[in-house]
Amino acid sequence: MKPISKFIRQHGWSYLFILPTIATFSIFILLPVLSSLVMSFGKYTFRDGLVPITPFYKNYVDAFTTQSGVFVGAIKNTLIYSIFTVTTNIFVGLILASLIQPLGKRLQNVFRAAYYLPAVTSAVVIGMTWRYIYNGQWGLANFVLTKLGLITEPIRWISDPDIALGSVILSAMLTVPATAVVLFSAAMGAIPNEYYEAAELDGAGPIRKWWNITLPLIKSVTLYLVVLYTIASFEVFERIYTMIPSGVANATETIVTQVYQQGFVQFNYGVAAAQAFVLFVMIASVAVIQFRSLRSDVQY
Amino acid sequence: MRITSRPLIQRILVWLVLLGAALISLFPMYWLFVMALTPIGTIPPSEPYLVPSPFSFSNIARLLTSAKDYGRWAVNSIVIAVVVTLWHTIFDTMSGYAFAKRDFPGRNVLFGLILSTLMIPAQVTLVPTYVVTRQLGLLESDPLISINGFQLLSVNSLAVILPGLAAVFGVFLMRQYIQTLPSELEDAARIDGCSELQVFTNIILPLCVPAVAALSIFSFVRNWNDFLWPLIVLRKSINYTLTVGVAGLQGEFSTDYGIIFAGAALAALPMIIFFLMFQRYFIEGVRMGALKG
Repeated sequence: MKPISKFIRQHGWSYLFILPTIATFSIFILLPVLSSLVMSFGKYTFRDGLVPITPFYKNYVDAFTTQSGVFVGAIKNTLIYSIFTVTTNIFVGLILASLIQPLGKRLQNVFRAAYYLPAVTSAVVIGMTWRYIYNGQWGLANFVLTKLGLITEPIRWISDPDIALGSVILSAMLTVPATAVVLFSAAMGAIPNEYYEAAELDGAGPIRKWWNITLPLIKSVTLYLVVLYTIASFEVFERIYTMIPSGVANATETIVTQVYQQGFVQFNYGVAAAQAFVLFVMIASVAVIQFRSLRSDVQY
Repeated sequence: MRITSRPLIQRILVWLVLLGAALISLFPMYWLFVMALTPIGTIPPSEPYLVPSPFSFSNIARLLTSAKDYGRWAVNSIVIAVVVTLWHTIFDTMSGYAFAKRDFPGRNVLFGLILSTLMIPAQVTLVPTYVVTRQLGLLESDPLISINGFQLLSVNSLAVILPGLAAVFGVFLMRQYIQTLPSELEDAARIDGCSELQVFTNIILPLCVPAVAALSIFSFVRNWNDFLWPLIVLRKSINYTLTVGVAGLQGEFSTDYGIIFAGAALAALPMIIFFLMFQRYFIEGVRMGALKG
């Protein structure tokens, strides 16, 4: 008894402190992740429970072939969405943060707030708003473009399968990347002024200073943001689900809209689980590649 | 880096970019409110309004009479977000403290385990969590807690609340923050005879206020805006959260745009007000790494 009671006296509080976290974590994250992996290799129904399938990897084959391979198109759409939005978001975030950096504290806060405000509203509301901005008859987009004399015929932004994905991407590119602005500007604010003063003595102009001092010193934040935005873009759902609720000829299907479709509209739980794991592998590999590439040429 | 020394033309360009970005950032939200406050009924306007003309609350009045559960959705959203947020502010701080400051067998293994699941997308857990919630009977909509006949919580709300308790980002946030606190105060308190619980409540908690503020704000916003999971488990209109209900307006009132705009604008309003009130904490929270957006 002695050693046990000593152990409890010494560490009891620690375990008590982490108990709620560990309990919910085990039940609602750890266990589901593991059972999701198991379910992706079987067929689940509420009547029969989980039954084995042959071959055991059938769901992973079905994931790509079911409904004549719409998931392959969904992965392609997701990657296209990701490449355009992540590049633009990071670039815009970097430029805006650089431009507000020299302003006074108060102005910096005003701009940061203006850029951050839409980010606190739900992606559902944002998606719905864009749905009507893109309305073919009376939407804001066609109205502005017509007034500017750029188009004569209304564009069918979200009902034309050829451009619907482009419209979704454009809406995301026109969203100011709030987190990127805040984190970039925090990182820039942390660079010691002496660096810039030394460069000025050497006769460097603002562009040179930005290129040679600012950019190299915010490299790790840049990488973090690229990973963050890439993962978020791989998981895009709300924006599309609310902007184009029933889809247009699969043109705007993405990985998560497919997981939702397979799992909770068609009730193919195994296939949905398999598709979710494909997403996981994609996210994990992007994160690994991006962190590797940083580590290889980091310079301080 | 003072901008004042630069030529005028450069300064004008900078301002144009910054103001242009602010316009692009805010205009969709502005337009949403314009359309919500313009009486547009079922006949689509020939062109979009840029200011409400005439200014009117008639869409909102029609929303509240036609979408009868709208108020219910708001209550559900508030209750769910508050419960989940309270849980995280209390228990994430406790476990963050234990992981940051206390030495106990298995600490690194457990923390590593939590850490390793960070990169797993939430979509991976959808199917099994759905199976479990359904088997626990949480998809039923019986009332669970009512006060004077007013239903606060239904069984179905638990299907959203329980998985929400498991988000781990707060644990990291709190651990990281508490690690930066000096340990001398705790030691002194122990010498003065404080119990371990008192050390936590009297010494650690007061020092954690900024991080707890950021955590609770983000937890609240996150749960208020959550969509995919509630969409899957909430079946009856009376149990919907605002995001699920508002998204459903598009199907229910397909061309009654006035109602749809009013519904979306009203759902966005609380978060906008919340942000304007606690701006500083939001921005601080992003710096601490609490939220993507």
